[in-house]
Amino acid sequence: MTGEQITFLVVALATLGSALMVVTTRNLIHAALWLIATLFSVAVIFALLSASFLAVVQVVVYIGAIAILFIFAVMLTRKDMRDQSPQLNKNWWAGALLAVLTFGGLYALLQGWSGLSRTVADIPSGFDAVAELGTELTSFTGYVLPFEVASVLLVAALVGAVYVAFNPRSGNIRK
Amino acid sequence: MNFWNDPLKVAADWLLGIFTGWGMPEIAAQILIGFLGILLLITILMVLDIFLVWIERKVVSRFQDRIGPNRVGPFGLIQPFADIIKLLIKEDITPGGADKVVYNIAPMLSMMSVLILWAVVPIAPKMLGVDLNIGALYIIAAGAIGTLSIIMAGWSSNNKFAMIGAFRQVAVMISFEVPMLTMLLIPTIFARSMGMGAITEAQDIWYVFLAPLAALIFLIAAIAELGRAPFDMAEGESELVSGYNIEYSGMKFGMFYAGELLHAFTFGGFWSILFFGGYRFFGLELVNPLLAIAVLVFKAMLGYWIIMWVKYTLLRIRIDHMLAFNWKFLTPLAFALLMVTAFMNALLANTPSWLYISGMFLSNVILAWVALEVARSYSRKEREKVEMPKPVVEAAHH
Repeated sequence: MTGEQITFLVVALATLGSALMVVTTRNLIHAALWLIATLFSVAVIFALLSASFLAVVQVVVYIGAIAILFIFAVMLTRKDMRDQSPQLNKNWWAGALLAVLTFGGLYALLQGWSGLSRTVADIPSGFDAVAELGTELTSFTGYVLPFEVASVLLVAALVGAVYVAFNPRSGNIRK
Repeated sequence: MNFWNDPLKVAADWLLGIFTGWGMPEIAAQILIGFLGILLLITILMVLDIFLVWIERKVVSRFQDRIGPNRVGPFGLIQPFADIIKLLIKEDITPGGADKVVYNIAPMLSMMSVLILWAVVPIAPKMLGVDLNIGALYIIAAGAIGTLSIIMAGWSSNNKFAMIGAFRQVAVMISFEVPMLTMLLIPTIFARSMGMGAITEAQDIWYVFLAPLAALIFLIAAIAELGRAPFDMAEGESELVSGYNIEYSGMKFGMFYAGELLHAFTFGGFWSILFFGGYRFFGLELVNPLLAIAVLVFKAMLGYWIIMWVKYTLLRIRIDHMLAFNWKFLTPLAFALLMVTAFMNALLANTPSWLYISGMFLSNVILAWVALEVARSYSRKEREKVEMPKPVVEAAHH
């Protein structure tokens, strides 16, 4: 077993273990912190795959923004910040069924996939993945249209959020 | 290879020879040497951090017309060691109802978020931890971990002042991250790389001359990110006692404190790397790597001194004013500057360098002037509204 495989196994175990803790811990803040551990482990997996841009973006977006907002939401909506919420609601069987079906489906799908047995080609030295990604996202032969559509979607979400939160009566009208 | 021309490389080769001589496989020896390098860098930084305490206390005392520490050792130089001994032998208190694990992890994360920044700092030509081609994003990612440490400290302390302080600090940090990240993109446009090493190497002319406004906005965002005055409402001693670290005692508090000082120094370093040429100073860096390190430390100290100057001169801003300042002024200005810079860069790409530089400089100055005019007319309108006589009769009806 190579060092890379050992590292991957350790990181994968950490990812799965902390993901399990997210859904089993009874304290909501602890769940959010375990989620951060999970997301960080995923960033490490990206780094192991030489996708440094994705690794750093994973940390910036998921840990720096989304997970922090999760913690904020929990802290602002709960009366007691250390309350113990029930782990299951009455739809638990549907969730479990969906999870088993998804896992089974993915397993069946990946059985017939040739990519699992293929070895990865070495990245040539001097290959700048970030520059490559940037060119692809802005060139007309590349992915400029999906990229712009995603930007428009995000702007629309932003404007929508402002519109929902904006109260015209107490907004900019002085009393 | 001469030792004085590349001391780290020579030391690494020497160690590699010794380790492989002991029968260690080469890959293991390389990893071990890597770890030793990290240990060396962190040790140097922590020792520097001890003296930063002395520097900070000495500078603040001069700003406040005092003498500062001068009793222990020459010029009070031994004072920080006395401080450390005091912190170490203090009683370690964990408040009742605190979340012990999170409470103890938070100071470590706080220190870590500063130390990992140094992985991408080019301290001399070809002397940097990792030449990450996404160095600019990496800085923001490390800041995310700092934010996390503060919210963990505030929540786990089981203290409402700590909680409010953490809320404020995190609100400030995630808001000022936006202009900061935008300003990191401006040297990226000039250097055509996000790597800190490449940005330093590309600065034949310091970027502060190309983008003075960007340098200023970056400094403001960095000070807010540090949570220093005038953006220190997280600590707000008159209202929150000390904010998120109120319950911490002994060396755990020391970790937050030392982390903050080193963070300020580090951001002084990044400011100099991004806008003042980093270790470059008229070819001095090519003479000897040690001289390059000295240049970088000098520039970083200058940046740190400016941050201290601002901290001990200005008063605290109210939290809503600060967030309004960020979202309604600084962020739009940063976006406008980014667009103008990208446009000018495309427009002047094939022109001689004097035209490129003066075009960039002028566009910065004009944008700054427009922004100030907009801010001035807005504040005039606000002032008129306040000065307007209040309709007393109408108010009586309610």
